Amino acid sequence: MKTANATETLSLEIWRGGAVGEFRTYRIPMRANETVLDAVSEVQRSRDPTLAYRFACRVGMCGSCAMMVNDRPRWTCRTRVGVVARGGRLRLAPLRHLPVVKDLVVDMAPFFAKWQRALGRFEPGVAPFRDFARVPPASAERQAADAGIECIGCGVCYAACDVVGWNPDYLGPAALNRAWTLVNDGRDQARRERLAAVSGPGGCASCHTHMACTETCPKAIAPTYAIAGLKRLAICAALGVKP
Amino acid sequence: MNGALLAASRISALVLAIAVAVHLYVIIDAVQQGLTAAALLERTHGNIPFLALYACFVLAASVHAPIGLRAVLAEWFGCSGGLTDGILVCFGILIAVLGMRAAWAVFAA
Repeated sequence: MKTANATETLSLEIWRGGAVGEFRTYRIPMRANETVLDAVSEVQRSRDPTLAYRFACRVGMCGSCAMMVNDRPRWTCRTRVGVVARGGRLRLAPLRHLPVVKDLVVDMAPFFAKWQRALGRFEPGVAPFRDFARVPPASAERQAADAGIECIGCGVCYAACDVVGWNPDYLGPAALNRAWTLVNDGRDQARRERLAAVSGPGGCASCHTHMACTETCPKAIAPTYAIAGLKRLAICAALGVKP
Repeated sequence: MNGALLAASRISALVLAIAVAVHLYVIIDAVQQGLTAAALLERTHGNIPFLALYACFVLAASVHAPIGLRAVLAEWFGCSGGLTDGILVCFGILIAVLGMRAAWAVFAA
């Protein structure tokens, strides 16, 4: 990791505007071990207070600070400037594939609307279990669900996915990953409906297995494998065979 | 793409993988043996396993290609819907007819 003293300059090209706008360059002192979020905060506080960006926890728990850093989606709170700055330069833009509200802030509504389309919510059914469900932690279903359960919905995988750009109807990696965790939840009562929701147009079959989602996920989740699992179930359902 | 098309795409890909491997083996073997066109046709004439293999090859291609093209047309050109699907079905039938005609021609030659 590069360590720098405060005499070096960090040049940040930051997107300003909405859907239409431009990159503006700001220069601030480069500080040792600072994160990209620290640098953005310094620009806002010392150079231009009208700069809009989003963050909350600053420790990699909320995912709200995700943005494009040198054309790659990242959590800015967990990305050190010294690791990603090329020649003392950084290019920051709002997350791809989502409407820009202002500057580095995007509207996440379309992202979460797709979670709803994929039935990405637990469905207890009209007659929920009366007793506690017994879920063996070592069962294949529980382990498959566990592999994707830590998703916090930051939108990094969605921004990384080229298929979302080509096909705006595509549900995207996060929604499909969420559907996969629920399909493997024995307590859920909407397995068939969920499988139908993710098997239709824009569903799991649209994935090209580029694995950009898996490559970029800050939580080291592999949505590609979740989508492969959904494809397997969709094929079995179409052929009328048990997976 | 729905589950049925995905299943058709994957199963036809499986058949194509085997058929293409056999096809490449036959080409390389024929070239290495220095067979002429007449010698090749002599071997394919009345050869039922040959006809069966290439019939499977052609049918798999006629299923697989339109499904793949359907995704390309939708993602790159925004073309989807009934008319596009109808054209792609015709394209699949065309591949099947032309391919079966070719396989039959070398079988019956």
